Amino acid sequence: MNKVLSIVETAPRVVRLEVETPDVAKHCLPGQFIILRADAEGERVPFTICDYDREKGTITLLVQVVGDTTAEIAALKAGEYIHDLVGPLGNPTELDEYENVVLVGGGIGCAVIYPQAKKRMSEGKPCDIIIGAKTSQLLFAKEDFKKFAKNLYITTDDGSEGLKGFVTTQLELLIQSGEKIDCVFVVGPMIMMKNVCDVTAKYDIPTVVSMNSLMLDGTGMCGCCRITVGGETKYACVDGPEFDGHKVDFKEAMQRVDFYKKRGNDCRMMRY
Amino acid sequence: MANMKGRNMPRVQDAKERVRNFDEVSHGFDDATMVEEADRCLNCKNAPCMGGCPVGIHIPEFISCLKKGDKEGASEVISRSTKLPAICGRVCPQERQCEKYCVRNRAGGAVAIGQLERCVGDYNLTKQNVKSSPDPSAPAVAIVGSGPAGLTCAADCLSAGLRVTIFEAFHKAGGVLTYGIPEFRLPKAIVDKEISKLLDMGCEIKLNSLVGRSVTIDELKRDYDAIFISSGAGLPQFLHIEGENLNGVMSANEFLTRVNLMKAYKKDSATPIYCGQNVVVVGAGNVAMDAARTAKRLGGDVTIVYRRSRDEIPARAEEVEHAEEEGVKFMLLTNPVSIGGDETGMVNSMRCIKMQLGEPDASGRRRPVPIEGSEFEIATDHVIVALGTSPNPLIKKAFPMLSFNPRGTIIADENMFTGVEGIWAGGDVVTGSATVISAMGAGRKAAAQIIEYIGEKKK
Ligand SMILES: Cc1cc2nc3c(=O)[nH]c(=O)nc-3n(C[C@H](O)[C@H](O)[C@H](O)COP(=O)(O)OP(=O)(O)OC[C@H]3O[C@@H](n4cnc5c(N)ncnc54)[C@H](O)[C@@H]3O)c2cc1C
Ligand SMILES: Cc1cc2nc3c(=O)[nH]c(=O)nc-3n(C[C@H](O)[C@H](O)[C@H](O)COP(=O)(O)OP(=O)(O)OC[C@H]3O[C@@H](n4cnc5c(N)ncnc54)[C@H](O)[C@@H]3O)c2cc1C
Ligand code: SF4
Ligand code: FES
Repeated sequence: MNKVLSIVETAPRVVRLEVETPDVAKHCLPGQFIILRADAEGERVPFTICDYDREKGTITLLVQVVGDTTAEIAALKAGEYIHDLVGPLGNPTELDEYENVVLVGGGIGCAVIYPQAKKRMSEGKPCDIIIGAKTSQLLFAKEDFKKFAKNLYITTDDGSEGLKGFVTTQLELLIQSGEKIDCVFVVGPMIMMKNVCDVTAKYDIPTVVSMNSLMLDGTGMCGCCRITVGGETKYACVDGPEFDGHKVDFKEAMQRVDFYKKRGNDCRMMRY
Repeated sequence: MANMKGRNMPRVQDAKERVRNFDEVSHGFDDATMVEEADRCLNCKNAPCMGGCPVGIHIPEFISCLKKGDKEGASEVISRSTKLPAICGRVCPQERQCEKYCVRNRAGGAVAIGQLERCVGDYNLTKQNVKSSPDPSAPAVAIVGSGPAGLTCAADCLSAGLRVTIFEAFHKAGGVLTYGIPEFRLPKAIVDKEISKLLDMGCEIKLNSLVGRSVTIDELKRDYDAIFISSGAGLPQFLHIEGENLNGVMSANEFLTRVNLMKAYKKDSATPIYCGQNVVVVGAGNVAMDAARTAKRLGGDVTIVYRRSRDEIPARAEEVEHAEEEGVKFMLLTNPVSIGGDETGMVNSMRCIKMQLGEPDASGRRRPVPIEGSEFEIATDHVIVALGTSPNPLIKKAFPMLSFNPRGTIIADENMFTGVEGIWAGGDVVTGSATVISAMGAGRKAAAQIIEYIGEKKK
């Protein structure tokens, strides 16, 4: 189980890998994620199920290298195994009630809108899609998104491709052009999701975000992933990962996700 | 004439030494002390101690064997009632069970039944596992969760010739024994040995398998003849007060899982852990003691805040004693009101209120009531909340056909039957957080029922 069937670098420090895991492939739906451990001593780390093939019993992950576990995953070769993998976790994306949806993906957040884009296309309800990245090289699955989108809009921070600027700039242009939008589904770095929510709040457009909180078990047993939504505590792993973006306390969520980043070193002082 | 000697105490690691390591605190009895302690047993005809044992171990009978140094004989007696003596000897609240009723309480202290049980359990651990495998065409039982309830049910079903698959959500089996109770109280090698015994009996353990998600109830019903749900009570309760989502405020489950399951106390661990300098642990059960003593070992100065008084502390007496020896401070009759933090979202203080005991409440314990105007603030950079747990709501979603209590526990009868054909449930998922021995007892009862049910079905 958990055999890596293929692994390719799709952009600098980003790999796409196909993993054989029949139980997950059989039951997962767009929006769900898995938790894996790269090796026998590894940390439990969450990744979105970017795509799946029920017949082959495989799922596709898109992994951006930011630290130890992600580096270890990126260094895997086809034929090697991931030590542990559990899922599908979290709830599937629920956008069926909306007719006109705009999908917004920033950086690695594209991994979450990808299966949704594919699903809406297959149902004959393709979406407008906005994807953004720092620079052209880091845009993920551009060609695929072109196939799944009603219209694909690209933004890059440095202007190397598409509109120079942020996804928010493009989204606001779209809104102002009079395009009918029933819902925006945005996934990316927390600050980007917050900014998109600030824009859509102005126009009263329902907005769904996917919260990439720190996680440990991913099954609701530790509370590590908790965030505040509309004044109530929610667990991103079992109540989410998707929430009404206008109700999420992003300031708190951003502080929480950085908790171990700042303290990485003091945390290791009294260890044995 | 019975000897009138006082109760023997096991050797323990010195408190100053042990707060610097995660090795087991208690060394247990050596053989000579074991025999000496066994000799204190009066072999009472009516054996009041047995009435206090949730699984009815024949206590005087096994102790009689130990008087002669016969651990094998003692092991046979104990194994009629429990599969996990090395674990129960270490973690049962004996002072509230068997030892509470021991007649020697009035003469030198109760016989150290738990310590004697541990001697027998540790002796069993030295034995080679017996290898066997069930008939591949035998009826099959699915067990959800690999804590003490699931492990016990599995062992009994395997012994009866059934095939067993345990589904475990985590990457390691053992339930709370693995992710909750720390190494210094229950060495993981003991839990691993018990699990290896099951594997050698032909048990299949599917790790990383979350029932309801990785495998559905319909699939279980299709592929198995009976189902036992022993998924525990893992959902932590929080205080629901202001400031609870600040950084540095966490559940005991998170803290202990990082340390025990993920081994974050080790230098080379991939999993990060945070331990503050001024740690406040809220609650006074076993979970709170484990969190407090773990924080102590990670270098924190630790205070337990508990809203009732010393007499109501629910943790095992030995753990409270050990915590005190290790320098954990107790702030009793005190309840948190709110938690304060700095501009970066990091906890820096906790407001508390003093309590006094009023009339007895539903649990029979005197209800703590706040003393008006007694609020005060303590400085802290780490708050660990250990207020108890309830079953994971995922189980309710996974098994919609079962009946649940408002607290989320599964309703089952005294034989662990859920009322839905082919499905039994037991352990913490039925009782709410309880004890290892009661979970084990439930697993055993359910196994007996399952074996009977499958026997009937075949006819
Ligand atoms: C539900 C969910 C789905 C996710 N899906 C994907 C995905 O499809 N592809 C992908 O590349 N990443 C995804 N992530 C983020 C991914 O889990 C983290 O990047 C990963 O944990 C980093 O592990 P590491 O050991 O490599 O780095 P670490 O050494 O643990 O951390 C490196 C840096 O990343 C930060 N970090 C750690 N965890 C997170 C997190 N959860 N979110 C944001 N930053 C974090 C740390 O603060 C640190 O600065 C997802 C996270 C969640 C919660
Ligand atoms: C820190 C701590 C200290 C304790 N100390 C003591 C003590 O000293 N003495 C004592 O007697 N008791 C103690 N207890 C209580 C005792 O450990 C529990 O009562 C006992 O473990 C319950 O056993 P169980 O088999 O019902 O469930 P658990 O041990 O909780 O095991 C349940 C297992 O099911 C798994 N699971 C859950 N949902 C699913 C699913 N959907 N699919 C697959 N697997 C699933 C979980 O991951 C877990 O491994 C302590 C508890 C804690 C947390
Ligand atoms: S009550 Fe005490 S002395 Fe009597 S049989 Fe039980 S352990 Fe022995
Ligand atoms: S990750 Fe533990 S509760 Fe969500």
